[in-house]
Amino acid sequence: MPTPRLAVRGARKQFPGVLALDGVSLALAAGEVLAVVGENGAGKSTLMKIVAGVYTPDAGDVELDGAPVRFATPASAIAAGVVLIHQELNLAENLTVADNLFLGRELTRGGFLRALDRRAMNARTADLLARVGLPAERALERVERLPPGEKQLVEIARALGTDVRVLIMDEPTSSLTQKETDQLYVVIDALKAAGVSVLYISHRLAEVKRVADRVVVLRDGRNAGELAKSEITHDHMVRLMVGRDLKQFYPKVKRSGTGGSAVLELRGVTFRGGPVRPVSLEVRAGEILGTAGLVGAGRTELSEAVFGVRALTGGEILINGTPARITSPADAIAAGVLLVPEDRRLHGLVLAESVGFNLALPNLDRLTSLFGVRRRAERELHATWIDRLRVKTPSAAQPVGLLSGGNQQKVVYGKWLARGPRVLILDEPTRGVDVGAKAEIYALIDELAGNGVAVWMITSDMEELLGMSDRVVVMHEGAIAGELSRAALSEEAVMRLATGGTGT
Amino acid sequence: MTRILGVLGLLVALYAVLLESNPAAGSLRNLIYVGNNQGRYGLVTLGAALVIIVGGIDLSIGSVVGCAAVLFGVLMKQGVHPVAAVGWVLLFGVCVGLVNGLLVTRVRLQPFLVTLCGMFVFRGAARMIGGAVDTPSVLEAHPEYAGALDALTAVLIGKNEKGVLVFPAMFALLLLAAAAVGFFLHRTAYGRYWYAIGHNELAAKYAGVNVNRQRTAVYVTCSALAALGGVLLLLNDSTISSDTAGAGLELYAILGAVLGGCSLRGGEGTAVGMVLGAMVLPVLETLVSFRGLKNDVIPAVIGLTLLLGTVTDELIRRRSRVSR
Ligand SMILES: Nc1ncnc2c1ncn2[C@@H]1O[C@H](COP(=O)(O)OP(=O)(O)OP(=O)(O)O)[C@@H](O)[C@H]1O
Ligand SMILES: [Mg+2]
Repeated sequence: MPTPRLAVRGARKQFPGVLALDGVSLALAAGEVLAVVGENGAGKSTLMKIVAGVYTPDAGDVELDGAPVRFATPASAIAAGVVLIHQELNLAENLTVADNLFLGRELTRGGFLRALDRRAMNARTADLLARVGLPAERALERVERLPPGEKQLVEIARALGTDVRVLIMDEPTSSLTQKETDQLYVVIDALKAAGVSVLYISHRLAEVKRVADRVVVLRDGRNAGELAKSEITHDHMVRLMVGRDLKQFYPKVKRSGTGGSAVLELRGVTFRGGPVRPVSLEVRAGEILGTAGLVGAGRTELSEAVFGVRALTGGEILINGTPARITSPADAIAAGVLLVPEDRRLHGLVLAESVGFNLALPNLDRLTSLFGVRRRAERELHATWIDRLRVKTPSAAQPVGLLSGGNQQKVVYGKWLARGPRVLILDEPTRGVDVGAKAEIYALIDELAGNGVAVWMITSDMEELLGMSDRVVVMHEGAIAGELSRAALSEEAVMRLATGGTGT
Repeated sequence: MTRILGVLGLLVALYAVLLESNPAAGSLRNLIYVGNNQGRYGLVTLGAALVIIVGGIDLSIGSVVGCAAVLFGVLMKQGVHPVAAVGWVLLFGVCVGLVNGLLVTRVRLQPFLVTLCGMFVFRGAARMIGGAVDTPSVLEAHPEYAGALDALTAVLIGKNEKGVLVFPAMFALLLLAAAAVGFFLHRTAYGRYWYAIGHNELAAKYAGVNVNRQRTAVYVTCSALAALGGVLLLLNDSTISSDTAGAGLELYAILGAVLGGCSLRGGEGTAVGMVLGAMVLPVLETLVSFRGLKNDVIPAVIGLTLLLGTVTDELIRRRSRVSR
């Protein structure tokens, strides 16, 4: 290979209690798309942060076009053309899309006065938005009003606005719809053609197969192997990532499933800020009800209404056949309705607090005696769930924000499993979770359903929907567009309903 | 942990300088006197700190202290038995806290704004219900209260009938209150809820915590402690003016809380830290007077100490944080 655009040699990074990287190397040619895959906590994000100047490595070198570089700050990396789009989005929510695109490098006139050159910026904005497939009128929208997928596209547009030579995307598609993902592929192809190198991290292996020219696999902070374009297959990647074959991804057991009685029933539900059309559906004991729909179809909002976050304006919610008054999450939890939220960092976890704190938080009522929280019972709870879910953490005292994304998600499951759900609502149950952990979570969900829990799974991941659901309800613009039994379930049928077509 | 060691070090240093500066400074009498100041001031610090932990702020503390002190005196003058008057004043504190809490949680106003208004409202209220109050004139009007008032002063302040300070009762009171706060904060579910709310209100809510109720409870605790502070103020000083009683105390309380390790961003702080943080200022004050410095320099010394404390703390913290 000629001088690579970017080379990393022997990168090492130690965090307290965790050796995140233990001598990782990779090289990236100009105009190449290199995918980096690995299990949760393998060190992918850490490696990218080192390349982009967020962390300084304990050892190892980074070279850009053959010249050694050591970025002390993200700003100096960006100045050199290395741009990282974080796994966790970093937009100023209260500013408009246009403001965000130029944040920190506003176009100005008038010398030291730095008066904003609105006209120039607006023109550039329209161009950048077009490149990521967003309509031009988004420019003046405040970022907080955008759906997550569009925020991600704005981040990408912002990166395109710089003189980017190496673009690093850390799980860019985890909150994108299929359509937005396709748009992203178009953007990547255009970048490639322009000679920009791309580092691409994803847990969605089908996607990796689609975009990558080469794959580097990390395991436990070390290089676990490399695959050339022709060698990239699902099984190959999995074998290198987990170090063994992963058989039986989706549980194959056939549940009696849909025969149970309705545990959760929505009758003509409407809610504040929601669509006017009332929604009715039921989730039965021992089944997994999948709910599909395009982003913006109102699935998350509906689940929030059931969980007591959004006030109902009509209709009723029945639990085991009796109307339930749910006006807060506390009510929902008391009724046995538990929610694994879509945004775990905002709604699912107190990031600054420890793994143990988060596991115990909703279960404290059961751990409390007259003398306060029973320490021993609490420690048992920590140990049980860290162990059962195989959460990768140095200890229960580790701040949960320092865990890798997939392990954070497991902690969210842990706090609810410790409680024992009657109805478990899963909003994007495996977002950002690696294949191995995904298989574990699927087995877990399956086991819960097998034990009679009513599982309501909202997902944008088609594979997951098809693989896990006993029955699927498809939503379109806030209303139920149709229902599909397991027998009638297919990607085409789901998409037809989700885009407003009629059922078979 | 490093926070606590930090204030502890500061305290030890201050006491050491105090003791060597003047033999009278080390006398039991003076130490009791300082202890009592620490107690009075620590009680309101506990409240301020709890509010800070749930991500709020209470600027009305000083005015509530003043208003409660005036109210206490006026009630007794009007013929309310001293013990009953204490009860009414505490109830007043609870009501103030309820109003603060409801405005913050239900009307969703910013705590800074709500309590800033409270600061003016209660200072004004204090002036309206009485310019100055003093216990001698209460006793003049109601000689029969002498016994009860003496008993209250003995139990709550630690002064004997002659008005001589013999026991740091306010410090003991602080330790009792801190133990209670510590129990709730570190041993019960409520404390967990408060930390969770301070760090991430939404996640707390999604975990089933009744955020509004917990927040309100904390504001009530804070204002009730401030009202108690008012009672102690009148009992201890025996003469107070509604203009100055407790003025500025909210800032001292916040300062004590921060010195003790509470982060103004919320979600952090310990009961032990609060007590230690609250102990700093009174020592500093005596130190200044024993060193023969003019009282006028006290604010400057306080400000510089806090600044020094926080800068050192931040440097230590940066050092101990992993290299980026
Ligand atoms: N700032 C930090 N302090 C302590 N430990 C950290 C920190 N950042 C990451 N870690 C730990 O380092 C390891 C690697 O984390 P990293 O985020 O790089 O994993 P990842 O491969 O990106 O995982 P995921 O796929 O879940 O995003 C994990 O065990 C994580 O808990
Ligand atoms: Mg990551």
